[in-house]
This record gives sequence, structure tokens and C-alpha cells, in this order.
Amino acid sequence: MNNPQLNKNGELQHLLTTEGLPVRILRDILDKAAGFVNVAEGHEIKKVPLLHGKSVFNIFFENSTRTRTTFEIAAKKLSADVVNLNIGSSSTSKGETLLDTVDNLCAMHADMFVVRHSTSGAAHLIAKHVAPSIHVINAGDGRHAHPTQALLDMFTIRHYKKEFHNLRVAIVGDVLHSRVARSQIHALTTLGVPEVRVVAPKTLLPSHVEKLGVQVYHDMAQGLKDVDVVMMLRLQNERMQGALLPSAQEYFKYYGLTQERLAQAKSDAIVMHPGPMNRGVEIDSSVADGAQSVILPQVTFGIAVRMAVMSTLAGAK
Amino acid sequence: MNIHIKNGRLIDPHNGIDAKQDVFISDKHVVAIGSAPQGFVADQVIDAGGLIVIPGLVDVSARLREPGYEYRATLESEMDAAMAGGVTSLSCPPDTDPPLDEPGLVEMLKHRARLLNQARVFPVGALTYGLKGAELTEMIELTEAGCKAFGHADAPLIDTRVLMRAMQYAATFGYRVWMRPQDSYLARNGVAHDGEVSTRLGLPPIPVVAETTALATMLQLAQETGVKLHICRISSAAGVELIRAAKLAGLPVTCDVSMNHVHLTEMDIGFFDSNCHLMPPLRSLRDKAALRAGLCDGTIDAICSDHSPVDDDAKQLPFAEAEAGATGMELLLPLLLKWAEEDKVALPDALKRVTINPAQLLGVKMGHLSVGAHADVCVFDPKATWKVEPAVLKSQGKNTPFNGYTMQGRVRHTIVEGRLAYSL
Repeated sequence: MNNPQLNKNGELQHLLTTEGLPVRILRDILDKAAGFVNVAEGHEIKKVPLLHGKSVFNIFFENSTRTRTTFEIAAKKLSADVVNLNIGSSSTSKGETLLDTVDNLCAMHADMFVVRHSTSGAAHLIAKHVAPSIHVINAGDGRHAHPTQALLDMFTIRHYKKEFHNLRVAIVGDVLHSRVARSQIHALTTLGVPEVRVVAPKTLLPSHVEKLGVQVYHDMAQGLKDVDVVMMLRLQNERMQGALLPSAQEYFKYYGLTQERLAQAKSDAIVMHPGPMNRGVEIDSSVADGAQSVILPQVTFGIAVRMAVMSTLAGAK
Repeated sequence: MNIHIKNGRLIDPHNGIDAKQDVFISDKHVVAIGSAPQGFVADQVIDAGGLIVIPGLVDVSARLREPGYEYRATLESEMDAAMAGGVTSLSCPPDTDPPLDEPGLVEMLKHRARLLNQARVFPVGALTYGLKGAELTEMIELTEAGCKAFGHADAPLIDTRVLMRAMQYAATFGYRVWMRPQDSYLARNGVAHDGEVSTRLGLPPIPVVAETTALATMLQLAQETGVKLHICRISSAAGVELIRAAKLAGLPVTCDVSMNHVHLTEMDIGFFDSNCHLMPPLRSLRDKAALRAGLCDGTIDAICSDHSPVDDDAKQLPFAEAEAGATGMELLLPLLLKWAEEDKVALPDALKRVTINPAQLLGVKMGHLSVGAHADVCVFDPKATWKVEPAVLKSQGKNTPFNGYTMQGRVRHTIVEGRLAYSL
């Protein structure tokens, strides 16, 4: 089976998932992003003309503020023309199929699609459908993947920890429903992190999760013991309705990240969260705003990483 | 009309025949095997040299999509597909729109099928009105209209008391109840086997226990009511084990499996191939091995195509949103041959699973070529290879996980009721 993300020259054609992404491409994106961060760390991020004359369509079938905004900023910094579409409320509710919508946008001469959809596999479907000149970036599909989030997380880890091969990383929370967790796991294992843990009650873990190459913990204290990186996941309120958890209070009591629990990790451990946070549900405010938190730098790095992804795709022949 | 099929290798599993023998057909029936009856003059001679002559296939699950889903398939297109697949008798599930819950609908369907004069259609009637799982249908009238069994297709039947009463009522008259075991709550919103692939792809899962809990309930209710229970589309190793145990315990239970599940696993989903969105879901390699073992030891009685034509619009969607189902009648025979070859099953033994066994499940007199039997015959070339492509398939449904596969074994002639209905 061909890797649907690569073109015949082995270059990145679409970014759909971190699974099966060659490590050279992964590292290349992180290196490229580092170049943009140097630019970005001044007060003003300089515009570069790498995507001048290209049209980037942000098509979001599911609501998002942060991801869509950072993609928009990234595209504009690359001098692309950006069109934002919130389709959740327009075409599909009128009965238009996903691929009809895509065909219409292709007819408007899109060069790149940034897609978010509530169903796993939507980005793959679009990537298979569009002409070879068009690039697709998956900005989150169902429970499947959110590769740019994982890449910015990797960038953040590398920024603070320099290397991957000596790290112990814990991913805490609702892995079952999380596209972020899946993409993080694949990226971490590809980059050579020797120990990736997931920490959650059994109701929030998919079956056979260990086959993704992670160690499973149900106890928070044990799961955080001596880790270098704590990656928290968002817990959505509707999980209480599906009989997955009794209450947010009980969840916080056993799986919420407090200063006391964080003390189990290494003293220089960093705390990450993909946002938006539920303070007092999965993370205590004192940790979220504390010295070990790198949650806001993650957002800034997200712009650079998305610039790196877009310019990499635009460079594919 | 007299037909003489000569020089072929005749395989009739029911009569234990596997030999080079001619078949003589007259007036809708087989009149002789081996040498011609006295005074027989053939109107038509079929030279089956190098070919294999078998009873027409009996497919216990083929959706024809009429009434109600004519945009997916019509009786005309699917009967053509049946002929091209050598399927001369088929049973269709009741999940049409409206469902097959009234004698008039069944009569109309049988009438339309008879006019086309191709495969024989034996509908499975709805067990409850509208497949809503609440009120019993008029099973006696439906039987008189032509239903051979009663089932619930893929519609949920949650109320176990309704299921028990339905079984009791059916048992009163000796009717068969056909059920696909799946607990609606455990399978809710699920689209793929709860395993490594669904975890990796983030697809909502259907665990094996969705099958086994429902199956255990059905087996106990069957024991309680004495109904002749047939389990449709078994998919898991644990499910096969439950049926094996029930059979050993002497329960009158039978079982079938879809051809897709004999050959494919969750891994075939690859990068969200919606052609592999099937119901029940494709399961693990271990489950596939157990299904094959169940076929070999007779735990599983029949193999069906589970033919379910789906239009492109309903497939060209993200995996979970795509409609479940695949076209299959034209692939049933070559895939059976492939299984027989892979598992070293003797051809007569393999062919039982698509001829006499399914005929007995339906309680019909087809599936064999005894003298005096209905002359439903399939003649195929075991060596011919062909590539599965949309343009080649007669079915209106072009979606199959086997798209692009090269198949070995191709139907050359299909005879229904003594009439040559298809030749290639």
C-alpha cells in the first residue's frame, strides 16, 4: 500500500497523520520551524514570500478557534491568500457531500486545504480525491489524527529537552476520544522516545492501545513517576453522559494534574496541554500557570510549525 | 426444451458425485446423469469440456434493494448479477423499504422476480412489523406468500421478551428464525472491529462481546423455545466457539458466514477504505482463522455473498459515514474456490457450503442434481482468470473490497429451471 502522504519522489504531498511519517521529514519540519521561530521570537514576525500567490483554504467542518487562527496567521506570514470557511453551518447541512464541497473549492483554484472534520478519515478521503497539485493538511479528523498539534508538541519538547532518545513521556487523560494523543504517540515513537506512557481509567483508553507502543498506567502517581514530559489531554464534558466517568469532580480527584501529583515527575519536567483547558477538571490552575507549564509557548510554536508544514508541502514537486 | 451438458466434470456434493458425467435436462428437470435416457433428443448441447458442472449456487443473503432502494439496485440488475455469478437461488433479507412485513410485498417481490425468470427468490420475512422490534408479523400469511424464514436483518431487536415470543410463535409452526447477533448498545455508533486498527484509525469500535452477548441470549432463547435458529454472518472466534458448543449440546442451530469474512480482516481497511466498511465488521486475523476452522469442522454450515449493493454517493464518504455493505454475488464462486485452494478443502466439500447446505437451511429442494431435481445448474471454468472491475460487474453496486483483485474461476453457463439463462 502506498503511503498516501508522500509523492513519488518521497516528498511530503499531504500531512494527514504522524503515523508512517518518515523521521527525516519529521525532523526537517522541526528544523524548518526553528528557522521561523528565530524570526518569530522578535516582537514582529516577518513575512516571508514562500507561499506568495498561493491560496490556502481553511475548511472547518467542526468548530475551532485556536487551530484555525494559528493556521491563518501561519499562511499569512507565508504571504498566501487565505480563505476561511466554516462549513459546519453551511453546505453540508444543505445536503452537499464532503467531496462536492471540495470540488467546488478546487474550482476556485485552491492550492492547499486545511481540513478539520468530525469523522475519522475525512482528510484521507479528500487527499485521495483532489488533483496532485493540491495539498491537504489534516487539522483534526474525528478521533484519528491531529498531526500539526503533535508536531508543535514535538517542537516544544525539543525546545526544552533538546533530545528525544532519553525521555520518559506521560500522556494523561481521554486517549480514547483523542486524535491529539494518537498523533503524539506516533510522533514520539518515531522520534525515538524510549518510554511513552498513557495514564487514564480503562473507560478512556481504546482497546489494544499498548500496540501503539505505549505503556499503560491507571494510577496517576505511578504514571507520572520520574517522567520528563507530562502531556495533558482535554476532557470533554459530554464524557460524563456516556457512562465513561461518574463526575468531573471524581476525575479531577484521581487524574487531575495538581502540584502534588506533578511532584512525582522529574523536577525539571515540563507540562503541556493542547487546549482548550478545563481548569479544575484535568489540570489545576496552579499547574497550568506554574513554572513548569509550557502551554502558552506551545501556541506560539504552533504558528512556526504550521508555517514549516505549509512551506514543506509547497516545496513538493 | 432438452439440454445436454456433455464432457464436463460433474460435482454434486449431495449425491457424492465427482466424475466426468453428462447431464441431461428435460422439461425443467434433470432427467438423467451419465447416459441419455431413451429417445432423448437435445435441443441444445453445451460442451463443458474442461469445465466443471455443479448445482446452481444458493446464496442465503443477497440484498436486491427492492422495494424502496431502487437507486442502489434493481431486481433487473441484481438478477443479472446472480446469473453471472451462477447463483440460481437466493434469499433476501427483509430490510427493504418498506420492510418485508406484509404478504402483499412478498408476493409482489416474488412476482417481479418470476417475470424476470432468472434466479429463484426466497425472501426472509420480517420477524416484527416494520422491523421495529415490537409486534409480530403475520408469519403464517407471509409463509403462504413465499417467505422461507423470519429475521430481523441488521435492525435492532432489543426487547428480549419480543424475541422470545417471536421464537415461540415461529416454533409453533416449525418456521425458521434467522438472526444476526449484535447487541445494539455495545455496538452503538460502531463501524469497525474493536482492535488494533480501530484504535489506530480512531474508528468507533464494535467489540466482539457485542456479538457474543447477543448470541448467548439467542441460543438460550432457542433452547427455551425449541425454535429452529439460524445464526447469520458470524464474525468472531468466540462466536464460532459458542455455536460449536451449542451444536455439540444438540441444539438445532445452524450458522453462516459472509465470504468477505472468510478472506478479509480489519487490516484490509488500510487507510480508511470504505469498501471494507461491512456489517458485521471485518475482525482480526485470529477471528478469520477461527471462521475457517469453523467451516472445516462443520460448525458453520454455509457461506453467503452477503451481497449488499451500495451506490457510490453512499460510499464516497469518510469511513464511518459511508454505508456498510459490498457487492458480492458475482464473487461468491471464485472466492469459494480461493478458500478451498488455500485451506486444502476438497472441491465437493467446499461446494457443499454454497449448494446443498444453504438449500437445506432454506428448506428448499434445490442445491443438488439428482434425477428428477429442478434443473438449476452452474457450469464454470476453474482455470479462467478475470479482474474485478466496476465495468465487469453486472450488479448495480460496484463497491467491493476485492476491486482490482484477479479472480480464478469464472461462470460460463447458468441454467435455471431447465433454461439456459446466461452464457459467457
